Amino acid sequence: MLLEEAVSSGPMFFSLVPWMVCFPVIGLLINMFFGGMILERSKAGEKIVGSIASVAVGLTFVVAVLQAISLMGHPEGQVVPLADWITIGDLSIPWAFQVDTLSVVMMLFVSGVGTLIHIYAIGYMHEDVRHNGDPSRFRRFFVFMNLFIAAMMILISGSNYMMLFVGWEGVGLCSYLLIGFWYDKGKDGIGNALAAKKAMVTNRIGDFGFLLAAFSIFYLFRTYDFHTIFEKAPEVAAQNPGALLFITLCMLVGVTGKSAQFPLYVWLPDAMAGPTPVSALIHAATMVTAGVYLVARSAELYVLVPTAQFWVTLVGAATALLAATIAVGQFDIKKVLAYSTISQLGFMVAAVGMGAFVAGMFHLVTHAFFKALLFLSSGSVIQGLERGHHHVEHDPKLKKLLKGHAHDFDPQDMRNMGGLKDQMKITFWVYLIGAIALAGIPPLAGFWSKDEILADASKEFTWAYILLTIAAVFTAFYMTRQILMVFFGKPRTLAAEHAKESPPVMTVPLMILAALSVFGGLLNLPFAGFHNFAHWLEHTLGELAHAGEFVPLVALLSTLLALASIGVGYWLYHPRRYEQFWSAPAARRPDDPLRSYIGPVFDVLKNKYWVDELYWSLILNPYIALSRFLADVIDWRFWHDWFHDKVITGGFNLLTRLLAVRIDLGGIDAFFNGLATLVQRFAALLRQVQTGYVRNYALMIFVGVVVILGYLLLR
Amino acid sequence: MLADWILFIGLALVAVGSALGLLLSKNAVYAALNLIINFVTVAVFYLTLGAPFISLSQVTVYAGAIMVLFLFVIMLLGAERLGSGATLPWQRPLAFILGGILLFEAIYAILTRATGAGVPDRVPATYGSPATIGELLFSVYLLPFEVISILLLAAMVGAIVLTRKHDRAR
Amino acid sequence: MVPIQYYTALAVTLFILGAVGVLIRRNAIIIFMSIELMLNSANLAFVAFARVREALDGQVFVFFIMAVAAAEVAVGLALIVAIFRTKHNIDIDQMNSLQG
Repeated sequence: MLLEEAVSSGPMFFSLVPWMVCFPVIGLLINMFFGGMILERSKAGEKIVGSIASVAVGLTFVVAVLQAISLMGHPEGQVVPLADWITIGDLSIPWAFQVDTLSVVMMLFVSGVGTLIHIYAIGYMHEDVRHNGDPSRFRRFFVFMNLFIAAMMILISGSNYMMLFVGWEGVGLCSYLLIGFWYDKGKDGIGNALAAKKAMVTNRIGDFGFLLAAFSIFYLFRTYDFHTIFEKAPEVAAQNPGALLFITLCMLVGVTGKSAQFPLYVWLPDAMAGPTPVSALIHAATMVTAGVYLVARSAELYVLVPTAQFWVTLVGAATALLAATIAVGQFDIKKVLAYSTISQLGFMVAAVGMGAFVAGMFHLVTHAFFKALLFLSSGSVIQGLERGHHHVEHDPKLKKLLKGHAHDFDPQDMRNMGGLKDQMKITFWVYLIGAIALAGIPPLAGFWSKDEILADASKEFTWAYILLTIAAVFTAFYMTRQILMVFFGKPRTLAAEHAKESPPVMTVPLMILAALSVFGGLLNLPFAGFHNFAHWLEHTLGELAHAGEFVPLVALLSTLLALASIGVGYWLYHPRRYEQFWSAPAARRPDDPLRSYIGPVFDVLKNKYWVDELYWSLILNPYIALSRFLADVIDWRFWHDWFHDKVITGGFNLLTRLLAVRIDLGGIDAFFNGLATLVQRFAALLRQVQTGYVRNYALMIFVGVVVILGYLLLR
Repeated sequence: MLADWILFIGLALVAVGSALGLLLSKNAVYAALNLIINFVTVAVFYLTLGAPFISLSQVTVYAGAIMVLFLFVIMLLGAERLGSGATLPWQRPLAFILGGILLFEAIYAILTRATGAGVPDRVPATYGSPATIGELLFSVYLLPFEVISILLLAAMVGAIVLTRKHDRAR
Repeated sequence: MVPIQYYTALAVTLFILGAVGVLIRRNAIIIFMSIELMLNSANLAFVAFARVREALDGQVFVFFIMAVAAAEVAVGLALIVAIFRTKHNIDIDQMNSLQG
């Protein structure tokens, strides 16, 4: 309210909005065409390439800020058309940008967090390309990252479902390209490529749902434009409620694909094969939020179909709990964060399913801050470990101590870490801040957003409230486990002992994100006078954007449960106990102290409920068998070998033999040969007249004379 | 009248007889001599038909020149006698049959188609005389006359070319 | 005057005899002589018909025929002489190399 009153009718920068897409595109084009040259010619080539990309995203952020400023004066927003894209009959899909409070929220944090991640990536990729042995791939990374930003901008600023879909597909493509960035590395040399493929295919299944929804929308509404659809929605719902249910459920399929909910979440943990900035940007902060944005944008459709809302909430809450439990049994630092992302996305999806759109978007923004922070910090940790490993490998004195230090030393396995709080101080503190925010401890940002969701749930959806609260408990537990295993205790490997802190180009963005995680809650404190975010979104969502109430009981309960969970985690994993646990000889020691308490259940969690294996045996293997059957048996054996070779070729050969031998040789040749023979015989016959005797000739003449004379006389 | 008939019949018999003699004699010289007799007989016929110039030129050219040429060649080639092996069995019988048929046809034609136009008994004195023939020859038939001269020239040249000896390489 | 049919009949007879002679004889010179006989018989017919019509054209024609016959004899006998040089006989049955 304060902000609004300050700027009554301010400047308008709406027409600048196409630049949000143009800046990243220009950045990527410059890097694509000149990046190679820059990298070769200049010593600071990498810094230049990375800066070009970061500046492009930074400029996008500036434009987003300008849009926000414009909106403060003109809160109803504006649709900025750029060009007519498709016009066929009565279908018109323009390329138009919708600048309203909802899309600007997305624009701001995507470009803002994106800029920070780009800057961080300059430092991270500098080490990563050397670690993987291909420095020339540096600019490829930034080209793809800019492409991603461009696609994401299209997604969130589109004024119709088709433009949104263009962006949707674009971010899917970039996700594929970036997960498989090190396409020749990974397990067996194709592990990363397979992960990228998995992401693409699973996303595609979600896209199928999205497309079904889109086409049904066109069928019902004859347009893709948001405004028109939301206006007509109530009357269409009255006439044809089943259709609207179908549309919203199909959209839910798209959401489960893009935002990694059950059952299509399986690509996200595998996507950790990509470089850490990718995981941070795409798979934590931005792309995966596209699904939540879709539901929020289509809010007016969802509120008309309570059944769909139920399903969305169920999927979200169930996924939140499922993923949180799986995260407990993971040892890879990034996998824990991946499942944590899935779980938090479940929170968001449940929130928008319940109709708490403000709470969902709020959590989306705060989650972007602290999840990006956590991922980037984990990247810092991993690289610190790699630096330590490198140092150990190249120091002869230390190497002797190792006696065969594993070549498959995994710098991401938490069991190889420990004691890093002393080696990597900055990383430790920011990571701690991020973890506390995620666990939902006040007064950090995570608490406020998660609490609003829980408060809204407790009012009408008690079952969801219970599921989400349990998920929150697990969240606190696994983050405690992670912090303790990674940063506390004694270093468990030589690499951890010699880990080094990351350079400022990486740590400064981390600190900025940490600050945002601490103070981000101010966006929407649930107290009168502070509901800025809710008021902001009201302009777009109308009365659907209700301000969340502060329910003290819920807040207190969730805080206490979180603290208790942290306590349990500390009791299990505190440094001394863990050191004791670890000191037992490797052969007899189980992989985790938790195993002694829950035994075989830990296996279930560690193996992610065997969901991937289930998919393989139920869907993928039969599908592969079917395609093999179709290819080998039907296509090759039947179609090619039998039909083509025997029937067609054989038949053709038969026909040609018939024509050649029987008809051509036998018939036609025989005829003409016979004709020639006939002529020959006749000629031979006639030749006998030429006796050579002149007297015979004379006789013949005489005969002729006699005959003619006789004829003339007798006439 | 009767004298005409007797003359005619007699001469006719001689002519036919000599023709038969030509046909049947094995000796080429005898055949030639028979032919000469035939020519002379025909020359006499020409006289009866009122063609004195023709009859005498017949004797001169035919009997005198052509037959002499024949005799020269016969002597040159030494072909007085020739053996006869009948190589063509059907030739002789067929020739006679056909000859008979033709004769029969001819007689038939003459007897049935004859117009019976009378032959004038008397002809003018200049009929058949060299002067009259000469007049005709050099006025109406001048072109054939000249052509005949060229023909004779060609015949002379041809005869010499054909009988030229080729033992020298030319 | 003997009716002209008799002269014509005589000419025909001589012609036939000449024709038969061409057909029967194997000696080339005799054949040639038979041909002369045939020409001669034609001459007789010409003169006879000239007499019938009381015109002299027939006789002029006979004149020409005689000239032609003379020329023909010259060339023909030259041919026979030439053939005799190679074949050393004049049996026309021996000259059948143009048979088919």
